[in-house]
Amino acid sequence: MSAAISGAEILVKCLQAENVDTIFGYPGGSVLHIYDELFKQDKIHHVLVRHEQAAVHAADAYSRSSQRVGVALVTSGPGLTNAVTGIATAYYDSIPLVVISGQVPTFYIGQDAFQESDAVGITRPCVKHNFLVKDVKDLAETVKKAFHIARSGRPGPVLIDIPKDITAHKTEFTYPDTVNIRSYNPVVKGHQGQIKKAAHLLLEAKRPMIYTGGGVILSDAAEPLTKLARYLGFPITNTLMGLGAYPATDKQYMGMPGMHGTYEANMAMQHCDVLLAIGARFDDRVIGNPEDFATHPRKIIHIDIDPSSISKRVKVDVPIVGNVPDVLEELMKQLEAIGTKPDAAVAQWWETIADWRGRNCLNYRKNPEKIMPQAVVEKLWEVTKGDAFVTSDVGQHQMFAAQYYKFDKPRRWINSGGLGTMGVGLPYAMGVRYANPGATVACVTGEASIQMCIQELSTCKQYSLPVKIINLNNGYLGMVRQWQEMFYENRYSHSYMSSLPDFMKLAEAYGHVGMRIERPEDVGPALELAFSDKHKNDLVFMDFIIDPTANVFPMVSAGKGLSDMVLAEDHL
Amino acid sequence: MRHIISILLENESGALSRVAGLFSARGYNIQSLTVAPTEDPSLSRITLVTSGSDDIVEQITKQLNKLVDVVKVIDLSEAPHVERELLMIKVRATGKDREEMKRLADIFRGHIIDVTDSAYVIELTGTSNKLDSFIAAIDPALILETVRSGVSGIGRGDRMLKV
Repeated sequence: MSAAISGAEILVKCLQAENVDTIFGYPGGSVLHIYDELFKQDKIHHVLVRHEQAAVHAADAYSRSSQRVGVALVTSGPGLTNAVTGIATAYYDSIPLVVISGQVPTFYIGQDAFQESDAVGITRPCVKHNFLVKDVKDLAETVKKAFHIARSGRPGPVLIDIPKDITAHKTEFTYPDTVNIRSYNPVVKGHQGQIKKAAHLLLEAKRPMIYTGGGVILSDAAEPLTKLARYLGFPITNTLMGLGAYPATDKQYMGMPGMHGTYEANMAMQHCDVLLAIGARFDDRVIGNPEDFATHPRKIIHIDIDPSSISKRVKVDVPIVGNVPDVLEELMKQLEAIGTKPDAAVAQWWETIADWRGRNCLNYRKNPEKIMPQAVVEKLWEVTKGDAFVTSDVGQHQMFAAQYYKFDKPRRWINSGGLGTMGVGLPYAMGVRYANPGATVACVTGEASIQMCIQELSTCKQYSLPVKIINLNNGYLGMVRQWQEMFYENRYSHSYMSSLPDFMKLAEAYGHVGMRIERPEDVGPALELAFSDKHKNDLVFMDFIIDPTANVFPMVSAGKGLSDMVLAEDHL
Repeated sequence: MRHIISILLENESGALSRVAGLFSARGYNIQSLTVAPTEDPSLSRITLVTSGSDDIVEQITKQLNKLVDVVKVIDLSEAPHVERELLMIKVRATGKDREEMKRLADIFRGHIIDVTDSAYVIELTGTSNKLDSFIAAIDPALILETVRSGVSGIGRGDRMLKV
């Protein structure tokens, strides 16, 4: 019989048993026993952030850029409430996280104690599941369940709220080998009959289109997807959350669909006769107005692990619930068993697509005087040979990065798609570095977003994280300004920021390298210098002063049909 | 359309608020909700009355199934079932109304379960429609207080909701 150990020690042993190598956190009263146990061991590396929101974002990006569960540790009360934005961000993009929050001792719960908050209540709408541990004997099993729930099925964040007295109470420790939750059994294999139906539909298609989302990335299905798409020879589009699932430099790739998607991707989404949707959820930013989308007759095959994503916004003809790689493998088998080639009419469809591509929709206005943000991203792609991990914040720069950085690999593009959280970029870059030591990490951001988590420059200094920050500085909340220009007759209500800091000096104040780039001809040399061996170990903050009038095109206005696009050619 | 959803869920603290929270977060309506443990004390059973199109009710059942604490969900009203609701109503019972209230309770097969010199408490069980009719039959000026249990329902014959 093993000796009884404290809840805090049990927790740390559980994390070790889950092979957690890095956790992001911030100490406080309720988690002091846990921090004391972390101090006594060296298997788990703890990264001290400067704000709890960044701890969760970093853990989130750790997960997005690997296939592992991210872990964050925060204290009770404000520690937890600060973490909520990070948790919600992960939830809306289905990212597997385990967030551990301290809680006031069980005998104080409900008495409005110092730094008490109802963690389970506050986070309930933005977690996959959460637990309040009321007995130290339940702790190990709860941690086991939390990791299992976070990573299985449609992944998501799970919160474990642990009162301080529980971390002091002692019991024997055994980490369960298996977990059985009778109420939780996600489907893995797809329905054979449905997959067969899908295979026939695909082979009969005359104007087929493959549309894939974040589910392909999350389930590590890029390889079977690429195999399937090449076998069929069909056009394919990856959503904002799915970039890199299919190589962007491949000839079958159509660019991103949706509000700022390419002309050809959106036209093909509208006019195809068979749409194969994989790990995607027909988001409003992807399909535009659902009523307009539904007026175009097409058969839809939808593969997703979450039954509630199917026929939620768009009626589906062949629903297949299952784990994407398993279903794709089975679909491939069925296609090979049938053996016939796709319909010859697909060749004509490619001709139509070639016409759409001829519009050259990502062409943008060139300006010899001012730096164009699109040009910075294009140059970044060149300098990093298309192989960097790119994190972004939210706004125009996010769309420019998604449109002009051609991702050939999954898990390289790290952004907040669902919740659209400004401030994620820098902590995301930190998390990526921990999951991928030595990797090139670029954070494409704007002067507004970066200020929402700028304090993490300090964390980057403490842990020597050589992130390259590409700040596309236009002095505006760019996407807000774009909407005000297009829909509010140029009334730029509170979208202009004056009194911006001198970012170069700010970076230097934190002990990093700062650069300010104002002329188009300096863009290339600055990027080359920043990514050169000279700055291999430095965080470089590049403040690009860009053309403040640059807008993101193509654009489908909110509420409009997907083929109702405003193109850059109207604004050249 | 009106639907009766039956849910078996883990009898754990917070499980009910996950169900209720789902309805408010996604804008589904709840006409009534009842919950109590089953013969297996580790399980609670919720009967929930909602309304919506077929698409909405399909989403409701899918979203409920997604909750980790939910063990099973069925749309009870899509097949033969029986449903009952309990009403307790306190009415003024003085003078000629005293006899009239007694007669009305008898007609609806209700029971008078509390008597004072000025009031009765009448207990009535039945479908929600029956309870509505009973309340409508009473002069509103005589109604002192009402309380309804919300609908409970169960499938007929071989149709079970069990683990």
